[in-house]
Amino acid sequence: MSQTTYTSDYLAGILKSAKTIAMVGASPKSIRPSYIVMKYLQKKGYRVIPVNPGVAGQEILGEKVYASLSDIPEKVDMVDIFRSSEAAGPIVDEAIAIGAASVWMQIGVINPEAAAKAEAAGLKTVMDRCPKIEYSRLSGEAGWMGINSNLVSTRRQHLL
Amino acid sequence: MPEYSFDTLSIHAGAKPDPATGARTTPIYQTTSFVFDDVDHAASLFNLQQFGNIYTRITNPTTAVLEERVAALEGGAAGLATASGHGAQLLIFHTLLQPGDHFVACKKLYGGSITQFSQSFQKFDWHVDWAETPDAAGIKAAITPKTKAVFIESLANPGGVIMDIEAIAKVAHEAGVPLIVDNTLASPYLCQPIKHGADIVVHSATKFLGGHGNSMGGIIVDAGTFDWSASDKYPSLSQPNEAYHGMKLHETFGNIAFAITCRVIGLRDLGPAISPFNSFMLITGIETLPLRMQRHSENALKVAEFLESHKEVSWVSYAGLKNSPYYDAHRKYCPKGAGAVFTFGVKGGYEAGVKLVNGIELFSHLANVGDTRSLIIHPASTTHRQLNEAQQEAAGAGPDVIRLSVGLEDAADLIADLDKALKG
Repeated sequence: MSQTTYTSDYLAGILKSAKTIAMVGASPKSIRPSYIVMKYLQKKGYRVIPVNPGVAGQEILGEKVYASLSDIPEKVDMVDIFRSSEAAGPIVDEAIAIGAASVWMQIGVINPEAAAKAEAAGLKTVMDRCPKIEYSRLSGEAGWMGINSNLVSTRRQHLL
Repeated sequence: MPEYSFDTLSIHAGAKPDPATGARTTPIYQTTSFVFDDVDHAASLFNLQQFGNIYTRITNPTTAVLEERVAALEGGAAGLATASGHGAQLLIFHTLLQPGDHFVACKKLYGGSITQFSQSFQKFDWHVDWAETPDAAGIKAAITPKTKAVFIESLANPGGVIMDIEAIAKVAHEAGVPLIVDNTLASPYLCQPIKHGADIVVHSATKFLGGHGNSMGGIIVDAGTFDWSASDKYPSLSQPNEAYHGMKLHETFGNIAFAITCRVIGLRDLGPAISPFNSFMLITGIETLPLRMQRHSENALKVAEFLESHKEVSWVSYAGLKNSPYYDAHRKYCPKGAGAVFTFGVKGGYEAGVKLVNGIELFSHLANVGDTRSLIIHPASTTHRQLNEAQQEAAGAGPDVIRLSVGLEDAADLIADLDKALKG
């Protein structure tokens, strides 16, 4: 599914099945988007493991930072990439190697070759999206800020 | 989810049953404030790390339904509701402009916008440069290196003019600036400017969106298409923001950054928030928007055709008439109808205009458009009286001009009333 449009069911499927997320490019600075997304995902019950060689060994939001995906000593379900589109290539290779089920590239991160490789290896992939925005959109939270969810429902909303 | 049609979205977009109670109609959350779960939750909300309600000046669950509804109908990424259309315009330009900045607008505008841009905005050191002609060439000639945005109306007020949105969007984008389109008179049922290249759509929801002349409101829709970080023109979006500890709002919020910035800077600090009750009234109005706009346009065409043949009328400016210079633009940009608002000229000038509005019975003489009721006004003696005669002519509101907003009554009754008043 090397494309930049995704159905709501597809995105919800990835977010529902993931429990542990490795965040590559996680920043210890509280104003950086990666920090904000990590904090949000933690609030929603995800275990988020930060990966950033510059601050490896330190902690971000109570979690130890690893230098690379392969250093993480436990099972990772989803890899969330806060790096450039070019840097995403080798990170996706590593995500395949550690047996992740999905790779999620953030807004502006688009690498169709890497995505195709991940899909060939059986991983679900997303490019150019933010899991925080999609989680809040799919849960109906985003509407609090006037965001167009593209969802219509006649049933009471439930969190993912 | 299927791709629902416009009529379905008019009723359902943004309005799931209430999560707390299951109420099917959107409840009126008439509260100023919302409790925090704990200190950490409060900090996350204030730092924009989490979406949630803090204070009705910034967000409100009833208002959020209105915002998402209009964003969906316009095909945009996010919406923002304000106390009025003028409040919406204030927030748009507050987000785009710094003191000393300029923007280009076409003079075929609502008189209130002309005054807001040319007089009140001066106090902020924001400057409007008027295009000489209401077309892409006129807009292009007015753009300078200081220009930060282009502003037009889709169907221009007082009426009869339909702008070439695609050509003007191209000119704006070539200059690296966004196109803002006031879509009040068309409503998204008749025209969707984002499909034709607009980056920001603004509404006075007071008019056709609400449709019943009972509630003020404004809406901003962010198309999510403009790259605010491609130049250094838009520091409020692209540069670190002091109020949020150095956060760059475009980097953080991507395609919804413009709407978020209008909210968390403009609405927070300038304060033109809509009442939740007004949001409820506007949501209710929008449910029948497609039905109303069809009838408005049908009635307006019948009335315009009648006036065109009347011996006391010198001209009729309605884009739905085949001899209108804007008929082709009407077929291209709003094929479902040319709207309810148009102007015509009475033989006998200013005095004849005053006589007509004094003699009419079924039309209400007032300064609004977009009501179920038919409305009439003589702009030169009312809405456009702050302008001098040259400015009035340029705005399409000269001394002989009468503006109608044709309502949902029986067209035959409206025609009989006009005929009687014109004959005096």
